[in-house]
Amino acid sequence: MKIRDLISEIFISLTANKVRSGLTILGIVIGIASVIAMISIGQGASTQIQGNIESLGSNLLTIVPGSVRPGMGIVSSGRGSAQTLKNEDVDVILKINGVDAISPEVSRRFQVVSPSGKNTNSTIFGATANYAYVRNVSMKEGVFISDTQNRSLARVAVLGPQVAEDLFGDEDPIGKSIRINKINFYIIGITAPRGGGGFVNYDDMIYVPLLTMQKVLAGVDYLSAMAIKVQDKNLISDVRDEIIYALAEKHRVDPQNPDFTIVSQEDILGTLNQVINTFTIFLASVAGISLLVGGIGIMNMMLTAVTERTREIGLRKAIGAKEHDITLQFLIESVALTFIGGIIGILLGAFISILISKFAGITTTVSLFSILLSFGVSALIGIIFGYYPARRAAKLNPIEALRYE
Amino acid sequence: MEEDNLNNMIVCENITKIYKNEDIETVALKNISLKINEGEFVAIMGPSGSGKSTLMHILGCLDSPTSGEYFLDGEDVSKLNDDELAEIRNRKIGFVFQAFNLLPRTTVLRNVELPLIYAGVSPKQREERAKQALKESAFPDKFWYHYSNQLSGGMMQRVAIARSLVNDPKIILADEPTGNLDTKTGEIVLETFQTLNQKQGRTIVLITHEPYIAEHAERIIRIRDGELVDDSKNHHQRIINNKK
Repeated sequence: MKIRDLISEIFISLTANKVRSGLTILGIVIGIASVIAMISIGQGASTQIQGNIESLGSNLLTIVPGSVRPGMGIVSSGRGSAQTLKNEDVDVILKINGVDAISPEVSRRFQVVSPSGKNTNSTIFGATANYAYVRNVSMKEGVFISDTQNRSLARVAVLGPQVAEDLFGDEDPIGKSIRINKINFYIIGITAPRGGGGFVNYDDMIYVPLLTMQKVLAGVDYLSAMAIKVQDKNLISDVRDEIIYALAEKHRVDPQNPDFTIVSQEDILGTLNQVINTFTIFLASVAGISLLVGGIGIMNMMLTAVTERTREIGLRKAIGAKEHDITLQFLIESVALTFIGGIIGILLGAFISILISKFAGITTTVSLFSILLSFGVSALIGIIFGYYPARRAAKLNPIEALRYE
Repeated sequence: MEEDNLNNMIVCENITKIYKNEDIETVALKNISLKINEGEFVAIMGPSGSGKSTLMHILGCLDSPTSGEYFLDGEDVSKLNDDELAEIRNRKIGFVFQAFNLLPRTTVLRNVELPLIYAGVSPKQREERAKQALKESAFPDKFWYHYSNQLSGGMMQRVAIARSLVNDPKIILADEPTGNLDTKTGEIVLETFQTLNQKQGRTIVLITHEPYIAEHAERIIRIRDGELVDDSKNHHQRIINNKK
């Protein structure tokens, strides 16, 4: 039997039972579409977070006080709870070759009140002039904190765009003052929006001079973090090692077990990507199960078709169909079902991910990889789940098949 | 095979068929020997359970005998495997079944073309030969593109006859071809067979349990309990004359 005749035979038999073929295809469509959508959400989230983290500054090392216990990750280390990082540590690190700039930071939440009486609870960030350079902050309006303001314990504040809107709405906040922990601060600037990166929303922050924060607001002499900009990407690991030794020496602790932790952007990216990958794999396996169910649906339909068409198979064999003619006919029939289901599923999956990014605000990426994967998987499902019914059809005894009622 | 009979289409020598079902052996055919010449119209008759269907399956290359030899058109087909038998069936045998066995939701023309599709004949040639076969079996051309399941029983059987003719077979095997038809349409079908036999010299083997149907053939072979009991010329063959 020639391929062209085979295809027209299959077309006839698939269109003969449109509802059943349609429902079987639907099973595959749902499976493929969910795989595509899930993978695209995962990849989209991964790309988005990578972009966000890189926008927070490049070649960055972050030092936080306290040690990370193995297996606990950076989140549980209780950032800020330990008090081992001091302002003098900045000078030690600055001496290290390859360090470009340091931004020492103290953060704490305080109640903030606007002149019109609006209230909000925000993270107040004590920062130096270096912060804007190290953390890649650009200004929407006004200026960032200067070194002079820091030294003079000036009561000035720079608002994140979110806080600015919460407290002032459409008004221009610059030149006005807010009360942080009952102390008046004069607003000198508003940062440009940066979005959330991981667990922190950088738009919902208020920046004040570091020393003002330590001495006036919080009454502490330690830092909650230091961000270090390294001159070159290739120097990051060297600089990291040197910081560990220098700081450990200064703190008089064992470098193998320091009382601080250095986190590089790669670490954060790696951890987040790991989380996202696990999540994507989880979502994709759930979708994969529905694909498997779709495959069982194909097998079910093909077995029913073989039983239903026993006499037809008997006749085909009687008039000269060989075993492989029958095998091929049923096998290609099931592959055709999954193939059609695969194409519709890919389109539907892409459509769903577009809808998700439109309405849920999650970036999605439909990659060629996921399309090829689902295409391959759907064809494979057709072959795997179609093979048994096809062989069963081909092995039928023509005499018994012709007699079948 | 004897040399003097070059026109022997079917030669069966001592054909025995035994079915084994677990421990029970059923003998369906015992030492059947028969010859059918080219151009003969033979009826194989016997009550149900006589073994006539088994004989028909062996003659039709759907089954192989347990022992004995079967030559079809000079070729020993008793020891071929399934795929080789399928090819013999495709080239040399045309089947007409009691239940017509047409593909539903498929046009008349495509039904007739089916054996040629498996033979790998080109679409253009297929269509030509299918139309020719439909004309030979007196199937009206206005229904050529109808679906087979929209036809009456008599029409369906004529499509089946056309399908059996389309590959220009050496023999046509008709298994109770009138069994699902009323007397009148049954006669039309038998008339078609007679015409094919007389005008085109087709070799036709008709399997039936009804003496009345068998009497339309030139020769009647009677089978009972797996044995050939009588093989004689039918001296009062019923010839259906065209009423028109």
